[in-house]
Amino acid sequence: MSGRLLEGINLCCERDHRVLFESLNMGVDAGEVLQIEGPNGSGKTTLLRVLTGLSEATEGEVRWCGQPIRKVRTRYYQNMQYLGHAAGIKQALTAHENLRWHAALTGLEGDDQIDDALGKVGLRGYEDVPCYTLSAGQQRRVNLARLHLLPAKLWILDEPFTAIDKAGVSAIEALLIHQAQQGGAVILTTHQDLQHVPGLRKLTLK
Amino acid sequence: MTAQVDVKQVNQGIFIAMIRRDMTAAFRHPSDLINPLIFFVVVVTLFPLAVTPESDFLREIAPGVLWVSALLATLLSLDMLFQSDFQDGTLEQMILSPQPLYASILAKVFTHWLLSGLPLTLLSPLLAMMLFLSADGTQALMLTLLLGTPVLSFIGAIGSALTVGLRKTGLLLSLLVLPLYIPVLIFASGAVQAAIAGLPIVGHLALLGALLALAVVLAPVAISTALRISLSG
Repeated sequence: MSGRLLEGINLCCERDHRVLFESLNMGVDAGEVLQIEGPNGSGKTTLLRVLTGLSEATEGEVRWCGQPIRKVRTRYYQNMQYLGHAAGIKQALTAHENLRWHAALTGLEGDDQIDDALGKVGLRGYEDVPCYTLSAGQQRRVNLARLHLLPAKLWILDEPFTAIDKAGVSAIEALLIHQAQQGGAVILTTHQDLQHVPGLRKLTLK
Repeated sequence: MTAQVDVKQVNQGIFIAMIRRDMTAAFRHPSDLINPLIFFVVVVTLFPLAVTPESDFLREIAPGVLWVSALLATLLSLDMLFQSDFQDGTLEQMILSPQPLYASILAKVFTHWLLSGLPLTLLSPLLAMMLFLSADGTQALMLTLLLGTPVLSFIGAIGSALTVGLRKTGLLLSLLVLPLYIPVLIFASGAVQAAIAGLPIVGHLALLGALLALAVVLAPVAISTALRISLSG
């Protein structure tokens, strides 16, 4: 049993006869923030999707606490939150309804804390407005509210700063630091420089 | 013991949460719901105009016309099953949930039936009357629709899940799904014809019921595998 929370071993990924990355060994421990960098099209999103188990790597294996994620899927997904490229919310529903559904997906009963979580991402007063009337940044914030609402050991975030304003960016940075201090781990892709995150590790894809 | 009870409650939780979410979203954009129903009504009403208004002839073709129209209307409604969830990223959240995907899928297909198959069933007596279908025939029609349309929803969901990642799905989806719809069509319209002729229809209904039971058990497995494959690309 290795002590790494999440580990990718000898990962190789090929899309449309193009090798995105090969023999990639990476991982995060509890209390770490890992930033994945690289130019557009270098396979950052693909790597994140492989780590979540949404996509299969052409070769290699992803392990959660030393076990292949395929075998411990339920346990892994109980401890992991993934914020993808897409909004992850239904436009026709209100912010509150969207988060209630996310809470049900995680198996948590968070009805009381939903408004709190929305308040923390600066959406107080927008709880019961359909999401299609919100701006792109606000929709992004609805999705980010999940991080406040649903505790998870590991966060996998794909470009969490997209469409977020400056104050929002530093709030998210503070959130990442808090998560690491609590013994959680974060893997994220972003083109932003994270200056305030202590002990930030970087992984660069070519 | 308690852990088992918990799991069960959680499953119910996701089942109900899924239905509630899909229902709310659907009723906020009712046009998607109404289109297949309008299609059903329009096709059936055009038949007497185009062929003949003669009651004997209409009575004879009624079972076939009603069932074919209901089948095509269901086919039209399959788009709303997974496409929008795929586009807004909630489908991947469903797959990444610790909850069994089986429960979410069962809830989604059930909601799809509540919003397509059930209204078609409730609408059918009115259209049956327009085609001079007898009371026995109408009763059989409603029973077969009640048992048959959920099967159509389940089979359609397999096709919809297989094609969800593709750009243009229309024709491919029909090609995939239509052959699998044919047994339902044969048994169901056969039952209505038998009812008109005054023959017992229990056998037909039992076969439809068997198809439904098979669909409930096996289709979610196929759907969840298909969704995982579609999203892995």
